[in-house]
Amino acid sequence: MKALQTLLLATALALPLPALAIAQAEILNVSYDPTREFYRDYNQIFARHWKQKTGAAVTIQQSHGGSSKQARSVIDGLKADVVTLALAYDIDAVGEKGGLLSVDWQSRLPHNSSPYTSTIVFLVRKGNPKALRDWDDLVRPGVSVITPNPKTSGGARWNYLAAWGYALRRPQGNEARAREFVTALFKNVPVLDSGARGSTTTFVQRGLGDVLISWENEAFLAVKEFGADRLEIVVPSASILAEPPVAVVDKVVDRRGTRKVAEAYLEYLYSAEGQDLIGKHFYRPRLAEAVKKYERQFPKITLFTIDEVFGGWPKAQKAHFDDGGIFDRIYLR
Amino acid sequence: MRMTGKQYSVLPGFGLTLGCALLYLSLIVLVPLSALFFKTATLTWTQFWSTVSSERVLASYQLTFGASLAAAAVNVVFGFVVAWTLVRYDFPGKRLIDALVDLPFALPTAVSGIALTAIYSANGWIGQYLEPLGIKTAFSPLGVAIALTFIGLPFVVRTVQPALADLELEAEEAAASLGATRGQTFRRVIVPSILPALVTGGSLAFARALGEYGSVVFISGNMPMKTEITSLLIMTKLEQYDYAGATAIAIVMLLASFVLLLLINGLQWWSGQRAREVV
Repeated sequence: MKALQTLLLATALALPLPALAIAQAEILNVSYDPTREFYRDYNQIFARHWKQKTGAAVTIQQSHGGSSKQARSVIDGLKADVVTLALAYDIDAVGEKGGLLSVDWQSRLPHNSSPYTSTIVFLVRKGNPKALRDWDDLVRPGVSVITPNPKTSGGARWNYLAAWGYALRRPQGNEARAREFVTALFKNVPVLDSGARGSTTTFVQRGLGDVLISWENEAFLAVKEFGADRLEIVVPSASILAEPPVAVVDKVVDRRGTRKVAEAYLEYLYSAEGQDLIGKHFYRPRLAEAVKKYERQFPKITLFTIDEVFGGWPKAQKAHFDDGGIFDRIYLR
Repeated sequence: MRMTGKQYSVLPGFGLTLGCALLYLSLIVLVPLSALFFKTATLTWTQFWSTVSSERVLASYQLTFGASLAAAAVNVVFGFVVAWTLVRYDFPGKRLIDALVDLPFALPTAVSGIALTAIYSANGWIGQYLEPLGIKTAFSPLGVAIALTFIGLPFVVRTVQPALADLELEAEEAAASLGATRGQTFRRVIVPSILPALVTGGSLAFARALGEYGSVVFISGNMPMKTEITSLLIMTKLEQYDYAGATAIAIVMLLASFVLLLLINGLQWWSGQRAREVV
């Protein structure tokens, strides 16, 4: 059975493997979808920094895709030195199901191992024709909402939890009301794309829907890409603090002898230079100076965390998104 | 063509080729498939049953098999027309059209999915005319059937073409000279001799459609209970690290398709027999 799996995996991974075998100082960063542009730039500044510091050259390969799909590739044997995913739950899975890193990974780096944060905002059409200002407007009848499928997309899970958290934290909010709210919200969703990028395409290119619930950085990117004359960003009164975490994959770096450079790669994300680049790519930085520099870019918004409202990812995942969970029950009746 | 299993073939090398064929089939088909069964074996019967018979999964079987069957049926009719035109007539640009037929084979399915969605969505080239009529194509079961029709077309055309080319004109002339009307010639001479090819093409298109993922996820809209195809549910299970659940659904699909293909092959054999008696 083991041999079988190895055989299958070898076939599946035949492409990236030779690339890894040749060069010495080479690390692979397995990440999620919207970080593509950020890490392309970051890899350059880190390589420069590493060369200055140690005199050694380093090449960083990057791989992107849906967060859980990426985690699954790593569990199945993709040799990732570092993982930088959309949610802690996916890195937990790499530890638990793959046994590739220790359970305490999240306490190894500052800020829960999340060097940047983001949040969930709305993208609407120019002029905001349906006057959508806050979460409550999204459940109005006749408003069409675009969001990806929480079963397949990490970003969509943040969207869902942001809506739930908003409803729960309202005056007189409770579980039952939050469930009603989220049910009403998803009744307004005509299409569930499998990933965040897919939803952006549906909203912008296909012209479907009145509002897209989106990562903040993805919304900025869409406005930059498609023009401020077509789209605008609406910031709700409250939203969730999304903390996309990063971790070194212990088993892989120890086998390949890349621990030092992999750790430096993640630590440098917290440096002044790294944090500045983070702000430039529309993620919210952690470092005070960078926060100040990009203050005007990010509107003030009340942010709640997943730990406060849901008691952490494993609990939220189990209650809401696992098979038979609350999200499934919205559609069954 | 009178080789049955029991007779000795005059051709040498039976053992060698059979050995090669079996080894190749095992490596390429049976080994991955058995991995599927091993993964599923980690489930108990109750778990297995509740996974493969949950409401959402049942709805997806219905959509997947229904849309695949519809798409294969459409392709059998129009694929036949295309093949007929290409074999029987000469016209400028014939080679170009012939090459076009293969495009759905070559195109990455995700690309065709995105292209089809762009055309059929409410602001697309075709969608903008259909939507006012109340016909929702993209993000509806109809859209799924369209995507499956697109990817299945070459299978029918490419299997029917050689059969049509082999058909001797003399048979039709003989029928006509014996007083058969055009309709009779078509029904009693042409159809019986190409029926096996049509059935093969149709079943290939059908089988291909059952497993399709890439093109469909873009156009279907993936709404639970309405437009979720089975392969999407399998992917969904995988995203939740539920390998056993994913393989359980896969096995049901596999067995169902296998039985259906066996039936269709039986049908083909039977129609082949009948065609031989007629001709």
